[in-house]
Amino acid sequence: MKDKTKYFSYPYIVWMSIFILLPSFLVLLYSITTKESNGITTIKFTLENYKMFFNNLYINILWDSISLAALSTIICLVLGYPAAYIIANANLSKRNTLLFLCILPMWMNMLLRTYAWMTILGNNGLINNFLEFIGLQKLNLLYTKGATVMGMVYNFIPFMILPIYTALSKMDNGLIEAADDLGANKKTVFKKIILPLSMPGVISGIIMVFMPAVSTFIIPQLLGGNKNMMIGNLIEKLFILNGDWNFGSAISIIMMIIILISMSIMNKFDVDKEGGARLW
Amino acid sequence: MSNAIIELNNIIKKFDGETVLDDINLAVKENEFVTLLGPSGCGKTTTLRIIGGFETPTSGEVYFDGHLMNDVPPFKRQLNTVFQKYALFPHMNVFENIAFGLRIKKMDERIIEGKVLKMLELFNLKNFGKRRIDQLSGGQQQRIAIARALVNEPKVLLLDEPLGALDLKLRKDMQNELKAMQKKIGITFVYVTHDQEEALTMSDTIVVMNDGIIQQMGTPIDIYNEPQNAFVADFIGESNILDGIMHDDYLVEFLGKKFECVDFGFGKGEEIEVVIRPEDLVLTEIGTSPLEGIVKSVTFKGVHYEMRVVVSDFEFLVHSTTKAPVGEKVGLSLTPDDIHIMEKGE
Repeated sequence: MKDKTKYFSYPYIVWMSIFILLPSFLVLLYSITTKESNGITTIKFTLENYKMFFNNLYINILWDSISLAALSTIICLVLGYPAAYIIANANLSKRNTLLFLCILPMWMNMLLRTYAWMTILGNNGLINNFLEFIGLQKLNLLYTKGATVMGMVYNFIPFMILPIYTALSKMDNGLIEAADDLGANKKTVFKKIILPLSMPGVISGIIMVFMPAVSTFIIPQLLGGNKNMMIGNLIEKLFILNGDWNFGSAISIIMMIIILISMSIMNKFDVDKEGGARLW
Repeated sequence: MSNAIIELNNIIKKFDGETVLDDINLAVKENEFVTLLGPSGCGKTTTLRIIGGFETPTSGEVYFDGHLMNDVPPFKRQLNTVFQKYALFPHMNVFENIAFGLRIKKMDERIIEGKVLKMLELFNLKNFGKRRIDQLSGGQQQRIAIARALVNEPKVLLLDEPLGALDLKLRKDMQNELKAMQKKIGITFVYVTHDQEEALTMSDTIVVMNDGIIQQMGTPIDIYNEPQNAFVADFIGESNILDGIMHDDYLVEFLGKKFECVDFGFGKGEEIEVVIRPEDLVLTEIGTSPLEGIVKSVTFKGVHYEMRVVVSDFEFLVHSTTKAPVGEKVGLSLTPDDIHIMEKGE
């Protein structure tokens, strides 16, 4: 008998081809053609777009993007793991409230939330007004790298907490009791049982925070200002302001490759750890 | 008690105001195989968890080797547990699972290897050290769980329905294996099960529990032959339980007939309950026994036939290797030994 359930996947396959595969192919095509090729007949292939990227200015922007995204990811992990641990170990009613609080900010538009940070960090914002009030000097908070990192941590931390929480709450409490029974104190139980078994969640969290963080353009634009450009801003500028779709596409492809490489490195750490929460 | 390795004194445990254990007193002797037996929800697992340190009693004392243990966390107790669902560590291979306790004690790597390999050999799992846990069958996982506990050479091994997940054949094999192992290594086993046959096969002492109360404690033979109340009689194997009157020492009346028995010490005319095991009733010709009745049903059970015989309103359960057709009148004979007298319950 033929398995008819496979037909249910067809709409998604069509969707994927039109909205994911085709655009990706177009981006690739743009990245390897010249600006002048504006029709099938006059198409001209070139690697000039890629060559152009390897220039100190752009490499620095790339480095900034990766290091700021990595820093945000690390901060998310350091703040998010204990949060996930506390949520997973709370009793049921408390746990639901905490999870709800964790997801609540996501109900609001990200742009709005980021604007809110501008009014908090700005020169006449909440923090500076307060500093002035108690007689201290104003601080330059907005339009710094710190503000960008702050905004990214704030926006993306739920994506760190949730997969770790899932991994932790799926864990069989019997395993912890067994380790306890075999002579492990709390610290050892955490080190040898809880942490390794929650690694799949940690890895999912890292990927889910790092990826949007490295390519975001709205957060650095609003909170980082023009001096602190990230790769996402660069791509946006090339497409919207300069109209240079070819160079923009080339950078997008480079980003894609970097993300793919970092993802496969992350998954290397995740071999032979079945049974955990694998969101990715 | 001087040679008791575990002593529970007046243990009471409440969960959210609900009493789960009600005044449990229990002493486990060294090298004894003690089974906590009872239906689910009777408090047997809670009792085991209190011994293991995973629950603290609401009141009462837990002594281990003469020391009060109430507030000692599990990792400091000299006993190990085999959990119901094994709780093997999925991110470690078989060798690392067994070595876990030894690693924590920071033993020398060579000694660890020697001990683990010895365990693997003991459990016929010699070449399984590198295997992952999810590559093992239920029976193998079960043996690893026991090996992981035993390698630490605990004074007491706690087992929480360790054979529950295995099929019948494997369970029987493991019962014998466990019992033999307990004899060989000579440590105390505290075993929790709801399977009365398992309890009878393996234990030195059976503790029958129900509703958080110890119903009876004794050797398997005592528990089977001299149940103290209707619950024990009914739970340990099948029984016929009848109302009766004790006329004198060694003389009991039930179903309007008088029978000789071996029990004494009850009051004259005291109302009691009579327990007769189905396998003690023997089918006979009519006219040879005071008990006569009509066969109501016959079911083939493999080794024996299970019959229901109605004797003046009471339906007797009879296990016999011979059978009589449904509707036939038969006699049921029994010897004074087969009649067990219990005090009447509420």
